[in-house]
Amino acid sequence: MLLNGVRLMPDATGALWWPATRTLIVADLHLEKGSAYAARSRQFLPPYDTRATIGRLEALQRRHRPARWLCLGDSFHDQAAAERLADEDADRLRRLTGQSDWVWLCGNHDPAPPATLGGRIVEELAEDGLVFRHQAAEGRQPGEVSGHFHPKASVVVQGKRLTRRCFVSDGIRLVLPAFGAYAGGLDVLDRDFAPLFNRMFHAWLLGDANVFAVPRDRLAV
Amino acid sequence: MLVPVKSVVPESSAKPLPHQIESWFAQRGWAPHPHQRAVIKAAGDGRSVLLIAPTGGGKTLAGFLPILADLIRRPGQGTRALYISPLKALAVDIARNLETPVAEMQLDISVETRTGDTSAAKRQRQRLKPPDILLTTPEQLALMLSYPDAARLFDDLGFVILDELHVFPNSKRGDLLALDLERLRTLRPDLQTIGLSATVAEPRDLLPWLGPEDRSTLVVGRAGAKPKVTILASDARVPWAGHLALYALPEVYAAIRQSRTALVFVNTRMQAELIFQELWKLNDDNLPIALHHGSLDVQARRKVEAAMGRNALRAVVCTATLDLGIDWGEVDLVVQIGAPKGIARTVQRIGRANHRLDEPSHALLVPSNRFEMLECLAAREAIAEGQLDASSPKPGALDVLCQHLLGMACSAPIEPEAIYAEVRRAPPYRALPREDFDKALAFVENGGYALRAYERFKRLRRTPEGLLTAAHPKVAQQYRMNIGTIVEAPMLKVRLGRGRVLGEIEEGFAEQLVPGDTFVFAGEVWRFEGIRDLSVIVARAPGADPRVPSYAGGKFPLTTELAERVRRMLADDRLHRRLPEQIREWLRLQTWRSVLPAADQLLVETFPRGKRQFLVAYPFEGRLAHQTLGMLLTRRMERAGLRPLGFVAGEYALAIWSLRPVPDLDGLFAEDMLGDDLEAWLAESNLLKRAFRNVAVIAGLIDRRRPGEEKTGRQVTFSTDLIYDVLRQHEPGHILMRATWGDAAATLLDLPRLGDLLRRIRGHILHHPLDRVSPLAVPILLDIGRESVPGVNVDDMLAEAAEDLIAEATRLI
Repeated sequence: MLLNGVRLMPDATGALWWPATRTLIVADLHLEKGSAYAARSRQFLPPYDTRATIGRLEALQRRHRPARWLCLGDSFHDQAAAERLADEDADRLRRLTGQSDWVWLCGNHDPAPPATLGGRIVEELAEDGLVFRHQAAEGRQPGEVSGHFHPKASVVVQGKRLTRRCFVSDGIRLVLPAFGAYAGGLDVLDRDFAPLFNRMFHAWLLGDANVFAVPRDRLAV
Repeated sequence: MLVPVKSVVPESSAKPLPHQIESWFAQRGWAPHPHQRAVIKAAGDGRSVLLIAPTGGGKTLAGFLPILADLIRRPGQGTRALYISPLKALAVDIARNLETPVAEMQLDISVETRTGDTSAAKRQRQRLKPPDILLTTPEQLALMLSYPDAARLFDDLGFVILDELHVFPNSKRGDLLALDLERLRTLRPDLQTIGLSATVAEPRDLLPWLGPEDRSTLVVGRAGAKPKVTILASDARVPWAGHLALYALPEVYAAIRQSRTALVFVNTRMQAELIFQELWKLNDDNLPIALHHGSLDVQARRKVEAAMGRNALRAVVCTATLDLGIDWGEVDLVVQIGAPKGIARTVQRIGRANHRLDEPSHALLVPSNRFEMLECLAAREAIAEGQLDASSPKPGALDVLCQHLLGMACSAPIEPEAIYAEVRRAPPYRALPREDFDKALAFVENGGYALRAYERFKRLRRTPEGLLTAAHPKVAQQYRMNIGTIVEAPMLKVRLGRGRVLGEIEEGFAEQLVPGDTFVFAGEVWRFEGIRDLSVIVARAPGADPRVPSYAGGKFPLTTELAERVRRMLADDRLHRRLPEQIREWLRLQTWRSVLPAADQLLVETFPRGKRQFLVAYPFEGRLAHQTLGMLLTRRMERAGLRPLGFVAGEYALAIWSLRPVPDLDGLFAEDMLGDDLEAWLAESNLLKRAFRNVAVIAGLIDRRRPGEEKTGRQVTFSTDLIYDVLRQHEPGHILMRATWGDAAATLLDLPRLGDLLRRIRGHILHHPLDRVSPLAVPILLDIGRESVPGVNVDDMLAEAAEDLIAEATRLI
C-alpha cells in the first residue's frame, strides 16, 4: 500500500506496519470497554476484552520487534478505564510499553490517556510525509493516517455475504480498523465515510491470515 | 389412545351448579357437556384439572365455569383467577366472549385483560382495584411477579387457567411460565390449575404443569368427528423439487371458489407472498383473497382479521401466525400447501375449519414436490389412525433461569435454598443440578466470571440475614425492560425509494440479496437497490421473475413419526398403490435403476457425475439433522483425503460431492463423529454465535434493542459476535456458553435426532454404487443450484440443469 508515496503494510490483525521506520500502528484499542458497561449500567460483559487485546499486541511485538508503537487514540474506552484495569493486565501493558518507543495519541474517548502505564502522550504526530491523528481532519489531508471510525466492509462471494473489519484508503489518506476486542464497526459505504475519500477508494478487508484489497464498486451494500 | 389418569369422566355425578349457571344453560336449552361437568366436579373438590378436548368442545367455557361458580359462592376482593394464553389476541378475544355469559347470568364479576398493549394507567388501576378474573400472557405474569407487592396482588388467587397448554412445553416461553407458576404456588399453596389442551400424544407429560400430581385430575373429552383429508391429485406434472406448488394453483383456486371461506396455510412468509401473488393472477372472479403473515404491518394484519370476522373474505393465504387463536366464523376449508411437516401441526391447522364438534373439518393437502406427495399421504394416514407426534421433554433453558432469578430478587429478597427448591418443582427444571443453579445465580449477581472483575458493580447485594436483593432500583427497571424469551430476528424496514415503509423483512434474507435481485413482498415484486440506514431500499419491478430464497422449505423439520411413515411407505410396494400414477412411475424407475431401501435401512447411492463423485444418503430426518450430518461427513472426508467439494441438505436426503470416491461407508457414518469432529466444527462455525445472541438477550447480558434505539450514524452498537469470541477463548465453561450449546444442540443442529439416526443405521447401511444419478436422487441434486449465483438468471439455469438430470436419470439405455 502506498500512501502519499510512503510504503505501508496492512496486517491481518488490523495493525499497520511502517517498515522504513520499524513502526507498528494500531487504532481504537478501547481497553476496559467491557467493564465500562458494568460500571455504568451493571451489564456484565465477559471481563476478558482487555487481556484479549493485550495478547494480540504482544503477539505483534514478538513478530515485528518494532522500534516504535503508535496507538491512534481511543486506546482506553473512558477516562476511568486505567483505574479498572486488573493488576495483571496493567503489568503486561507496562512491559509492552517499556520495550520500545510507545506513543499514545489522544482520542475522543481518552482525551488524556493515563500516564501511569508507560509511553509518551501526544496529540498528533507528523513525519516523512505522513501525519497521524485520531480522527480524520476536514478537507484534503495527504498522508493522513487515523482511526476513530472503526471501518468494516462486506463482499458477496458465491452468494454468501462476508463482513470483515478493514483499512480504507484512496491513496491520499488512510483509516485504520479498530483493534480492540469489543470494538464494533461502521460500514465504509455509510455516509460518514463519504466526505473522507474520493470515489476510487479501496477497502483492505482483514482475512484470517491475509489482507485483501477490494475496490469500492465491488463491495456489497 | 388416551388413558384417564385419575378418574374416568363421570356422567352426572357433579354437585349442583349455582342456580344462575344452571338456569343460563336451561334458558338456552343447553346442558353442560360431560367433560364440562367433570371439570366442574373435580375443581369443586379442590383439585387441579387437565382437560384434553378437540376444538369446538366448549373447552374454554369448561375452564371458566368452576371459577364463575366459586365467585358466585364466595365473592372476594382481589383477583380470584388468572387466565394465561400464549397469544395476547386470544386473551382479548376470550375476555369479549366471557363478558356475554357473565352479563346474561347477571353476575357481578369483573373480567379484564392485561397484555403488552395495556396502558400504564390501566395497569396501575388494576393493581389498586384488581379484577375478579384477569386474562394475561406469560410475560405479564413474570412482570407482575417481579413487583415488590406481588404477594399482595395474588392474595386472593384461587385458580389459574392455562389455555393451549400443549404449546408451552419444550419452549423457552414455557420454561418461563413453568417457573412463574411455581412462584404462584409458593405464594398460594392451595392454588388450583386448570389446563386446557388440544389432543396430544402424551397427556401425562402435561400433568406436572398443574402442580402436585396427587391433586390433579385428567379429563379427556369426547373426540370430534374425524376430519376429511384430501390430497390434491393434480393432472399436472408434480415437480421433482421445489416448494412452491405453483403447478397446482389452478386446482387450489377451483377449491377456493367452491368453499365459503378457505384458509390457505404455507410454511414460510416468502411462500405466502408468492402463492398470494400467483392466486391473484388466476383470480378472474375477483374473489376477495387476502394475505396474512408476521412481517406485514400490524394495521394490515388487523384489517384482514376484521374482514375475516365479518365473513367478507373467500380465502386468506397465511403462515403459522394463524395456527392458533381466535375462532373465525365461516372457515369451511383448510388448504395446506407444501409439506405438512408434522401430524399435530396439521391436525391443529385443519381444526381451524369448522368449529362444530360433530361435523368433520375439510382439508386439502397440496404437495409441492414428489417426496412431499409421500409425506402428505403419510400425514393423512396418521390423522386417520389418530397418531400424533410425541416430543420428549427437554431440560429448561439456563438463560431463562437467569432472567427468572433476577425477577424474583427484584420482587423481594431471595433465599437461595428456598428458591432452588421452588425452581426444582417446575417440570422443565426437575433435574436441575445445584451447580447450574449456583452458576445462574452468580451470573445474575455479578456476571459469574472466574475472573471476579465486577465485585464493585454487583446487581444483587446480600442483606444482613444473608438474603439476596436487587442492589439498586435501576436493576428492577432494567429487568422489566428486558423481560420475555422471544428475541425477534433482527428486522429491516422495507422502504420504497425514500418514500413509504412497506413492512419488515429478516436481516438474514436481506443480506443474501445483491442489487438488482427481485423478490416478492406484501403481494408485489420489488427490485433490491441496497441497504441504507437500516432500511432495505426497493423499487417496483412489476412482471419480473422473483427470486426464491434458499430456505423456502421452512424452519420446522419433519417430525420423527412422519419420517418413519414415509420410510415405511417407500419400502412397501403394496402402499404404492395409493399414490398417483406419476409418483408410482418414479418409484418403479428407481427400483429398476437402483433400489428402494427397507424401512430400517439407510440407502446410500454413489455415482460419478462429471469429474465428481456423488454420495446421496436418504435418512429422512429433516434438514437440520442432515445439515449437521453433512458438515461432519465432509470434515471426515477431508481428513481422509477424499477432497469433498460441497454438500446440500434437504428434508429427506443429503448429497455430498467430492473428487475421490468414499471407500468405507460404515467407517464414514460411525457414531464417534459426534465427539471431537463436532466440537472442532462448531468452534469454526457461525451457528453458535446466532444462538449466543438470543441467550445473551434473554439472560440479561445485553439489553434488548428497543424500537427507535437502533444504532444511528457512527454510534456503534455491541456485537454479540465479538463478546462470544472473547468468552469462548477465555472462559468456555461459562454458564452462558453452556446455555448456548444447549440451544444449538436442540434447535439448530438437531443433535438428538442425528444421534438416534446414527444408532439406527449401524449395520443397516445399504450401499448401492451406480454409474449415474438415480431417480430418487434427482430432487436433492436439483437443490444444489438453488443457492444464488449473482448476476445470472437463476431460474434459467435451474430449468436447464433440471432437464439434464431428469433425462439422465430416466434414460432407458
